[in-house]
Amino acid sequence: MSDSSDEEFNEGYVMYRHRREWSDVHPIKQNDGKNPIVAIAYSERFLDVYDYFRAILATQEKSERALELTNDALKLNAANYTVWQYRREIIKALKKDLYEELNYIADVIEDNPKNYQVWHHRRVIVEWLNDPSEELLLTEKILDLDAKNYHAWQHRQWAIETFSLYDNELAYIDKLLSADVRNNSAWNQRFFILKHMGLTLETVQREIHYAINRIRLVKNNESSWNYLKGLLESGDFQISQFPDVEAFTEDLYNSGNRAPYLLAFLVDMYIEKTLHIYETNSYDDPEIFARKVYEICDMLANHYDTIRYKYWKYISQKFRTEKERAKVGPNNDDTPANEEATNSEEQKLNGEAN
Amino acid sequence: MEGHTRNFTEIKSAKFDDENLETLTSIEQIKVENLVEKCFDRIEQLSSMDNTLPYFYRKEHIRFLERCLRFLSTGYECLDASRTWLVYWILQSAHCLNFKFSYEVLGDVIHFLKKCRCPSGGFAGGPSQLPHLAPTYAAVLSLCLIETDEALEAIDPEGIKKFLWSVREENGAFRMHVDGEIDVRGAYCAITVGRLSGISPQNKLFEGTANWIAKCQTYEGGFGGSPNLEAHGGYSFCGAAALALLNDVSTVNLKSLLRWAVYRQMRYEGGFQGRTNKLVDGCYSFWMGSLVHVIQMLIEKNSCHDGYTINIDELMFHREALQEYILICCQKPHGGLIDKPGKPEDLYHTCYTLSGLSIAQNFNSTKQPIVIGNPDNEVLPTHPLYNIAPKAVMKAYFYAQQHPIESEEDLVGCTKNQHNDEQNPANGQKENEGNADQ
Ligand SMILES: [Zn+2]
Repeated sequence: MSDSSDEEFNEGYVMYRHRREWSDVHPIKQNDGKNPIVAIAYSERFLDVYDYFRAILATQEKSERALELTNDALKLNAANYTVWQYRREIIKALKKDLYEELNYIADVIEDNPKNYQVWHHRRVIVEWLNDPSEELLLTEKILDLDAKNYHAWQHRQWAIETFSLYDNELAYIDKLLSADVRNNSAWNQRFFILKHMGLTLETVQREIHYAINRIRLVKNNESSWNYLKGLLESGDFQISQFPDVEAFTEDLYNSGNRAPYLLAFLVDMYIEKTLHIYETNSYDDPEIFARKVYEICDMLANHYDTIRYKYWKYISQKFRTEKERAKVGPNNDDTPANEEATNSEEQKLNGEAN
Repeated sequence: MEGHTRNFTEIKSAKFDDENLETLTSIEQIKVENLVEKCFDRIEQLSSMDNTLPYFYRKEHIRFLERCLRFLSTGYECLDASRTWLVYWILQSAHCLNFKFSYEVLGDVIHFLKKCRCPSGGFAGGPSQLPHLAPTYAAVLSLCLIETDEALEAIDPEGIKKFLWSVREENGAFRMHVDGEIDVRGAYCAITVGRLSGISPQNKLFEGTANWIAKCQTYEGGFGGSPNLEAHGGYSFCGAAALALLNDVSTVNLKSLLRWAVYRQMRYEGGFQGRTNKLVDGCYSFWMGSLVHVIQMLIEKNSCHDGYTINIDELMFHREALQEYILICCQKPHGGLIDKPGKPEDLYHTCYTLSGLSIAQNFNSTKQPIVIGNPDNEVLPTHPLYNIAPKAVMKAYFYAQQHPIESEEDLVGCTKNQHNDEQNPANGQKENEGNADQ
């Protein structure tokens, strides 16, 4: 498209003010006032096109030539939402072939894949047609160029959700994750599909293995760890319900791996275990797990995740308070332990850099 | 207070480990780390001779802003529908730099913004365009930043209210313009311009908004642009700040939000990325830096309710590391700030990188700011929810109180009008505790 548009613009291009078929229209200059602010050095062509656009907007002319004018205006600035809005009004008034419009907007999207207005226009036309048959293909084409394009994913999710196109999505996600296991957008899409299918114990079990297998591939990958953690939290499950997860993470740790995401996962797991022991009044020794929490938080703060040293100190202190609270039991509101924790000097985060 | 820079040799161990499995993500990440490493290596040598480094190109940035406020190159044609944004980015950057434009110039700015005001209410991106929430947000913030009565009068709260009703959805979400797209930006822009023009968060206009925003929180902890979308820095800021302005955090998981937010700081570069496994970018210095601040406000507010407090008197991200990334990797010596080394300067990145610098330096109102390099590198505080001068927020609240537009029946289940006179908007942590469970 860019080639043909360059041609149109550069060679045979005639300014609107020189076109005989536009001689009945009085162009309207932009009114910026006497001492303009943030004045853009518009090209001659930009001024010409927009002077005429303002004119047809003022007279509310909805015609073939007006539609063509919006083509030129959008070629110069695809982010002008006023032009898009008016274009839709013209299309409606002239009862234009919407499939033609669908082709047009696909071309514009390929030239401007990171623009809000073009995707919104696409969505409106698809809604009017009530035909999503091209949407998966189009978004795949865009995601081929940039697999993390946010607008493309948004459009794809909307199409899948609105027209119930879930069927082959897991296969597509698999393809993307095999190409780049660090593609977080693909992981997010997987979660979206799973949520739709329902996070039953069985599904979660299966997905945990999916995540673990990919963590084995690269341990230092936040995306797969977040997915694993998300599964456990969103399904309202406890880590202890999945002994596989516990075994996998502890084995990894014992083998010497110190990926910060592994360590963070262990912190969460041991916090959960400690508090669970108190809540259920079980006879296990909570201090064994509590010590591990403090120890790993220290490791993160001082060695493996020093950029977040303040955060890990905070997590460690917060755990201390929660533990004291759990010890006293849930029905005791004003626990002395609480106050002690708040006032004690060592509870305060100090701003020293590591 | 003088900040300590990190040891640039030591932190090399924090560079990305691809575990011998190259993918597009790891290749690009390593490429950017190498660019950053060049900047760090260089400054490490230079600062051994001059301990006031890194240098802040304040004069050059000011000159860049002065030039842009009047004249922009043809390259800015693609922002012709965002001209009120251009104004806001310049005024907010100037605020951080403590630079004041003359009254004549500011008079011209007000005149221009009035030309962008629409007869049906709200502002457009430029003269004779349609009203849109994003340029409305930018125009209102700009007028607040000017602070004069003439500027505040130009906001036209009645028009704002009419416009907000025209873009509100039944469930409390907001479209960006009539028949436009719906996302979290809409909710944030709506509550922001609403509050600055004197509309209470209890107004029926915002019924359901907090619940809709909460639906955008993802399994990672951050917010996506709409439900089920990937957690993203810009939308997460919008979501959390909107909830703070709505005085309603009951519906959101603060623990996972905080985890996700602090994880976005890059362990080697020191700056923030906007999504998991994406690249560092100067503009997220504000979106993410301020988000961490806002989350801490929300945690504190919440803990007052469950009687369960823990002292957080320090900002939870690495304030020195962020300043290092900004000062060493994001400045153009001829003025303007950037996304990452090798990119050209633009007004958007200048505004949000400078605002991020301000967030990193000024956190606790009772403590000295933490400043990397020369003490002259200090910039003025910004309001973490609105990203304008805290004093400008206070003036806008005061002006709106003197010129009320709201009637009792506008409010949801309220017998008395609980207005929002924050005592000290700079210290957002104390905001509206009394209203929190409305
Ligand atoms: Zn950016």
